[in-house]
Amino acid sequence: MTAADATSESNRGSLSRSGRDSGFSHKSRSREVRNQLARVVMWAAFLLALLPLAWILWTVITRGIGLVLEPTWWTNSQRDITSRMVGGGAAHAIRGTLLMALVTALMAVPVGVMTAIYLVEYGRGRLAKAVSFMVDILTGIPSIVAALFIYAAWVTTFGFQRVGFAVCLALVMLMIPVIVRSTEEMLKLVPNELREASYALGVPKWKTIARVVLPTAFSGIITGILLGLARIMGETAPLLILGPYTANLATNLFGGFMATLPTMINTNRVESLQPAIDRTWASALTLILVILLLNLAGRLVARTSKVQS
Amino acid sequence: MPSITGASVVDHVRDPQGDGTPQGDRASTGRLGDRLFGGTAKGAGVLVIALVTLTAVFLLSQALPALSKDGANFLTSTEWDVSGSHPRFGIANLLWVTVASSVIAMIIAVPVGVCVALFVTEYSPPWLSAPAAGLIDLLAAVPSIIYGIWGAFVFGPHITGLQSLISKLFGWLPFFDNDTGGVSSSGTIFFIGIVLSIMVLPIVTALSREVFAQTPVTHKEGALALGATKWEMIRTSVLPFGKPGVISASMLGLGRALGETVAVLIILSSLASDTKWSWSVFNGGETFASKIANNAAEFDSPQKSGAFIAAGLVLFILTFVVNAIARVVIERRKAFVE
Repeated sequence: MTAADATSESNRGSLSRSGRDSGFSHKSRSREVRNQLARVVMWAAFLLALLPLAWILWTVITRGIGLVLEPTWWTNSQRDITSRMVGGGAAHAIRGTLLMALVTALMAVPVGVMTAIYLVEYGRGRLAKAVSFMVDILTGIPSIVAALFIYAAWVTTFGFQRVGFAVCLALVMLMIPVIVRSTEEMLKLVPNELREASYALGVPKWKTIARVVLPTAFSGIITGILLGLARIMGETAPLLILGPYTANLATNLFGGFMATLPTMINTNRVESLQPAIDRTWASALTLILVILLLNLAGRLVARTSKVQS
Repeated sequence: MPSITGASVVDHVRDPQGDGTPQGDRASTGRLGDRLFGGTAKGAGVLVIALVTLTAVFLLSQALPALSKDGANFLTSTEWDVSGSHPRFGIANLLWVTVASSVIAMIIAVPVGVCVALFVTEYSPPWLSAPAAGLIDLLAAVPSIIYGIWGAFVFGPHITGLQSLISKLFGWLPFFDNDTGGVSSSGTIFFIGIVLSIMVLPIVTALSREVFAQTPVTHKEGALALGATKWEMIRTSVLPFGKPGVISASMLGLGRALGETVAVLIILSSLASDTKWSWSVFNGGETFASKIANNAAEFDSPQKSGAFIAAGLVLFILTFVVNAIARVVIERRKAFVE
């Protein structure tokens, strides 16, 4: 078939996609093949992308489930347990991870929500543009850079020790942009009629935002917080720089070391003895469980959202 | 649903309903409560700007003294010796490994990510579309340390066969050279590139998918009405429309790959300091992030930590530029759409 034939074919061929009127509606073979090929490639890409997810989950679950099902895993720490010994649990690391996440959220949520309110309700002009740009930059900051910044400020400049609170400060930087973006998205979906109705009743702007806009967008904010928590709980780089591991239970964020799940994995992964290897995968499974639960909760809350886009 | 990339197309549309928000200060009454609340909101915004600015300032102020004592050229030297009174350190090695692994990651993740995004928006049966998108997003929820141990202990041992095959076929290229015998190890730049591609895939997919879904139905129906097959319709209307989004998504993914720390730290085997330079991707090495994390325990003097902070500063600048490009590209698209 010559090129001219192919062109005229493709020009006419599509008038009828069924291909019943011969000579007038015939789709050229190569176009049809390419079309089918594209369909196959798309399916293949999707299945290929699912492969690592399934493989990771399978690995972590099969290797970690044994220890995780033991009650002591959730109640005991690794105090006085060496890598040769079986036993002990991850209670110290779970508690450390949750405590740091809580303190981080307490700092990051107000800043993030207020920034989003500024961007949606108040921000006009160059300052708002700058804030929005900086939120994007903050989204892309590698966690190790955030950790180095806190190290440069907290340890080198102010002369404090490496403690849990410093880790929280680094995590705040990573959590703020997640909260700003999800809150912002939700606030934009709040219908203006609600705001106008409130203004028409003589309600001041700040009360309108606090009593009308925020409650309407509440579920979206919760989703943002849950997804933000899921992101920071798995971060390891700030812990390597600022939060050394310990096998003991610790509750003081301002003094001494504090264990977390990522550093527990990181400490056990270099060991070659079976009990430590088991602990590596069990703590990995615990971490994934916590994060997946937060993620699913976030999505569920998003689905029951009051504001419909 | 907030997107996992943090950057959403919705972010850049001022009001989705199309009717203007009551303009900020005209709606406010100047009461004390209003001024306090507005001031707090503004303060939070300024704090965000301050955080990024302070990051640059602190990194710079700690890096400069160390850089002034550096006996080697910081940008071109491959040495890294930060102890003693005559430190000599440069980032050439780190820059090469960081860029090489990220480029490999993007070469794999961008085509696959775009195809997955097209699958979700165009090809999947309707009932599968939302769960498929959710599953791909879950890849982003897996912590990087788990990618690290999975890559090093589970996936890694399977990769050496592929590596020796590539090196046998393309060994004449300097990139796939096996002069260091690295193909038999899984601690290579090549392998970490593959793992990074899995980690950035959800980022590329999420934003691309969002842009593809916004292709005007008139464009798509126009193409179909002219007799295009589904693939031709995608090629002529969906892909051109989504191109800025794909570029932007790739940049965000690249930023993530450049800064990834723990997975690289676990998987990539670091080299002895006297190893000779090689362009081969079947070689170990260290990226900016993994170098810093590897040596975190050594931060005992301002000189040492200063050198690592200088490396961190370069990483900060790299990711800043990449993310800024991503943002500019999507902003220009917005101007085009409106």
